[in-house]
Amino acid sequence: MLFKGAMALAWKDLYTEWKTKQTISTMLIFAGLVVIVFSFAFDPMNTTVKAIIPGLIWVIIVFAGLLGLNRSFTSEGKNDTIHALIVAPLDPSSIYLGKFISNLVMILIVEIISIPFLFILFDFKFHANLLYFILTIFIGTFGFVSAGTFLAALSSNSRSSEMLLPIILFPISTPILIGAVQATKIQLISPDKFASAISWMQLITAYDLIIFVACFILYEYVQEV
Amino acid sequence: MKKYQDIELDYAKGVQPVSTIHKLLTYTTAILFIVLVYMAFIYSPVEKTMGPVQKIFYAHVPSAWIAGVAFLGVFILSIAFLITRKRIYDLYAGISAEIGVVFTTIVLTTGPIWGRSSWNSWWSWEPRLTTTLILWFIYLAYVMIRHMDSPWDKRARLAAVFGIIGFLDVPIVFFAIRWWNTKMHPIVFGEGKDQSGGGLEPEMLATLFVGLGAFTLLYIVLLQKGVMIEKAKIAVQAYKEKLQDKLVR
Amino acid sequence: MIKIDNLIKRVGDKVILKGVSLNITKGETVGILGPNGAGKSTLLKVIATLLKPTSGEVTIDGLDLKKDPIKIKSKLGYLPHASLLYDHFTPYENLKFFSKVYYLDNVEERIHKLIDDVGLRLFTHEPVKSFSRGMVQRIAIARSIIHDPEILLLDEPHTGLDQQAIGILNNVVAKLQERDVTTLIVTHDFLQAAKVCDRIVIVRNGRIADDFLLEGQDINLLQKRYQSVVEGDSNAI
Repeated sequence: MLFKGAMALAWKDLYTEWKTKQTISTMLIFAGLVVIVFSFAFDPMNTTVKAIIPGLIWVIIVFAGLLGLNRSFTSEGKNDTIHALIVAPLDPSSIYLGKFISNLVMILIVEIISIPFLFILFDFKFHANLLYFILTIFIGTFGFVSAGTFLAALSSNSRSSEMLLPIILFPISTPILIGAVQATKIQLISPDKFASAISWMQLITAYDLIIFVACFILYEYVQEV
Repeated sequence: MKKYQDIELDYAKGVQPVSTIHKLLTYTTAILFIVLVYMAFIYSPVEKTMGPVQKIFYAHVPSAWIAGVAFLGVFILSIAFLITRKRIYDLYAGISAEIGVVFTTIVLTTGPIWGRSSWNSWWSWEPRLTTTLILWFIYLAYVMIRHMDSPWDKRARLAAVFGIIGFLDVPIVFFAIRWWNTKMHPIVFGEGKDQSGGGLEPEMLATLFVGLGAFTLLYIVLLQKGVMIEKAKIAVQAYKEKLQDKLVR
Repeated sequence: MIKIDNLIKRVGDKVILKGVSLNITKGETVGILGPNGAGKSTLLKVIATLLKPTSGEVTIDGLDLKKDPIKIKSKLGYLPHASLLYDHFTPYENLKFFSKVYYLDNVEERIHKLIDDVGLRLFTHEPVKSFSRGMVQRIAIARSIIHDPEILLLDEPHTGLDQQAIGILNNVVAKLQERDVTTLIVTHDFLQAAKVCDRIVIVRNGRIADDFLLEGQDINLLQKRYQSVVEGDSNAI
C-alpha cells in the first residue's frame, strides 16, 4: 500500500514533467550555465584545473537539484492539490516517498546528461571504475534528495520558500557534500587510494540511512495542516 | 499517532512576578562571574608557550559547552513538543536555540583569536571549529524557521522537526569533517591533535571548572529570562486582541 | 455517521471552534450556514481530516479520527472551492491518478461514466488548464466522488458556478441522497441550501447557534431562523 501510493504520486510528478518539461529543462540549462561560468572562472586548458572537476560535479548536482526540489512541493500549492493528497487515504510517509522518488529520478536524469557534458567541455579523460563512480554519484544524490525532499516540504510552508530552502538544506547536507566530493575526487584523480574512497562511501551510506529514516518518520509532522 | 492535547498556556495569569529562585540564580551567576574573572586573570598562572592569550580559553571552552548543552536542549524539547504539543516546550526550545547561537558565535570569535597566536592563522579547518561553524549555520536556519510568518503552532511544529533533524546531523558532520581534515585518511576512533586537554596546571583546571559552572548558571538564567519575556509577549498580545475586540464593538 | 463531541480547534492563538458537538445520521444532507469567519469551513476541514482537532472527539462511522485516519479518509469525498486538480492533466488523467491514490481497481469504465455524467465527454483528453471555472468544477465534482464516498463534504460548492454547473452539482447530490450518502454543505447560498438540504446547522462565533430540520425547501423558514440567530452581529452577510 505504502509503495503503491508512492509510485502513483511519483508517476504523476514524472508524467507532469514529461508533459511540461519545465523543471528538467530549467535544471539542465542551469547546469550548463554553471559549467560555462566555471570554465571562465578556471581556465579549462590549464591541467591543474582537472583537480576541481569532482567539486564541480557536486556543485552542479546541488544547485540544479535545488531548483527541482523547490518546485516539488510549491507546485502542489496550485489549486491546493496538496489538500487532495492529504484527504486521500495515503499514508503521509508514502507522500514523502513518492516525492523522493520523483525528485531522485529528475536529478539523476540531469546528472546523466550534464556530467558527460562537463567531462567533454573540460577535456577530462575518465580512467576510474565506471561502476563505482556511478555508485558514488547515486548514493550521494540519494542522501541529498532525501534531506532535500523533506526540507522542501518544510520550507514550502513559508511564503519565501525558495529563499529558505538553501539556507536550511546546505548545512544539513554538509556530510554529503564533503563525503561525496572526496570519494569522487579520489576515484577521478588518485585511484591508487581507492580504499579511502570506500570509507567515504560508507560514511555517505550511513548518512543516507540515518537521514532517510528520520525524514520518513518525521514527515507526518511536516505535513499536518 | 500522537495525542491531540490541549495547548494551554496560562495567559489568564498574565505577566507573572519574577520568582525568588530566578533572582537567587541571577545573583549567584553574577558573583560567580566576578570570581571567574579574578581566577582567570590573577589566580591562574600565565601559560608558558602561549602567554596571556591562553586566558581566552576560560571563555572559549565554557561557551562551547553551553552551545552543546543548548542544542541538546533544543533536541530534547523538540521531541517533547511533538509528543505533548505543549507550547511551553516550544518556548524553551526557541530560547535555548537563540542562546546556543549566541554562544556558538562567541566560540567562533574567540577560537580564531586564540588560533591566531597558537597556530599563527586566524582560521584553520580544524574539525571542532569547522563543526561548530556548521552547527552555527544549522541553528541559524532553525531560528529562521521560527521566524516564519504563520501561526505559532505550525511554526513550532516545523521548527521542532528541524531541531531533531539538525541535531541528528551534527555527529555525522563532525565525523565527515574529521576525516576530511586528516587528509583523506579516515580514523574512526582515537584522538588527533588536541589543543585544549592534557597537562593543565591544577589552578587552570580549577578556573576552567568555575568557568563551566558560571556559564551553565548563565545558561539557566538566560533560559528562564527568555521564556519569561516570551510569556509576557504572549500575554500582552492576548490582552491587545481582547482590547481590540472590545474597541471594535 | 458523524459524531462530534466538544470539538475545539485553535490556530495560533485564535480559537476558531469553541466546543462544537454535532451528531449527523446516515443519509442526511446538512447545510452549514453562518457569517464569515464563524468557523464553518474549519469545521468541515476538521471532518475532512485536513485540520487536526486541538481537543475533542470526532468519530466517523464508528471509527476514531485519531486512530484510524486512513480508513476514514477512504470514506470521505471532499470538494472545496479550489479544484484540487492538476492543471496539466486531462480530466481522464486526473481521475486516473486519484483512483490510484484511493487504491481503486478496474476504474476505466467508472472514469468514463463520471466524465459523461458531468457532461464533459468531448473534453476527456483536453488539459484542465484550458477549461472555464464551471467546467473545472464539474471535473472536481467527479474527482470528489471517484471512490464512491459514504460522506460527501462540500465547501462553498455553488460559488462562481454557472446555472448549468449548479444543476449538475445538485443532481449529483440528489443521486447520492438516494444512495443514502451523508452530505455536508458549507454555503452562503440560501436558495441552494434550501433546495438540497434537509437539515440546517447555523454556526456562529465558533459555536453551533441553531440546528433544525428543513422540510419542503422552505427558504422562508431558513431565512427567518438565520436572521434571528445572527441578528445584531456586525459580521452578518
